[in-house]
Amino acid sequence: MTTDPDFFDLVRQYAPSVINNVPYAQKLGFELIDLEPGRASARATYRPETIGDPDTGVIHGGVVTALLDNISGVAVIASLKELKSTSTLDLRIDYMRPSEVGKDIIAEAECYHMTRNVAFTRAIAFNDDRDRVIATASGSFALNHIDNFAGEIPKGVLG
Amino acid sequence: MTETSISRQARLQAFLERTPFAQFLDFRCEVMGDEMTAILPFRTSIIGNQTIQALHGGAIGAFLELTAMAQLFLVSETSRFPKPVNLTIDYLRQGKAEDLFGRASVTKQGRRIANVRAEAWQSERGKPVATLNAHFLLTE
Repeated sequence: MTTDPDFFDLVRQYAPSVINNVPYAQKLGFELIDLEPGRASARATYRPETIGDPDTGVIHGGVVTALLDNISGVAVIASLKELKSTSTLDLRIDYMRPSEVGKDIIAEAECYHMTRNVAFTRAIAFNDDRDRVIATASGSFALNHIDNFAGEIPKGVLG
Repeated sequence: MTETSISRQARLQAFLERTPFAQFLDFRCEVMGDEMTAILPFRTSIIGNQTIQALHGGAIGAFLELTAMAQLFLVSETSRFPKPVNLTIDYLRQGKAEDLFGRASVTKQGRRIANVRAEAWQSERGKPVATLNAHFLLTE
């Protein structure tokens, strides 16, 4: 793997589009907060149309899932050393407590290990207190060399 | 069962109709007794990658989560919708710009916790796009 010192600058330019140019992320009101090598954070603004429990007004778990999936993918891109495409292999989410009604959800993700073909991530989601976590996530992502990229997961990655 | 399956089905549909997120996704389901097939009609707002026109993993995940919750609600007796405790989604194939279908089965239903598996597919039932395994809390 070649390391290009300017590569992260390229990533920094490209990464916001992974959220900002994604129709589903736009529809749910996601915005990138911060990006550094191997780490990323984003916000989901509170929207009444994403309520999952009409009795309490709590946001649906699916919104948290989408946010954690998206930001984990961005953290993977933020730790790449060369251009590759990423696709989620699996994502596990543990729900600790419901999101507070009327509040935005913030998610922070880090890519803590990367091999040639797979990257591993962990992430948390919270309202405004990092110690009162709404959900934690752990994910793995397939890395595809852009030359072979046709949207399919290459043989061998799934075992 | 204290309720007939018909009234349980009606309660499920009523819940989905008044749940903003289910409406937002345009989540639908066809119920046949205690079996259910969920449908996520394709629309451009659930795209996650415009270049390759792939569905967003979060949309697929949310759909599977709703499918599992709906199936569990259908076969349980609780008055409220189950709450997710944890879930694992395996992404097997790229979701294409087409309708997505889903089915779930309750592997184990305890007094408070249930284990549910769900699967989503598109044109071919034998080629699943993603699978889900989840635990839910059954609340009164």
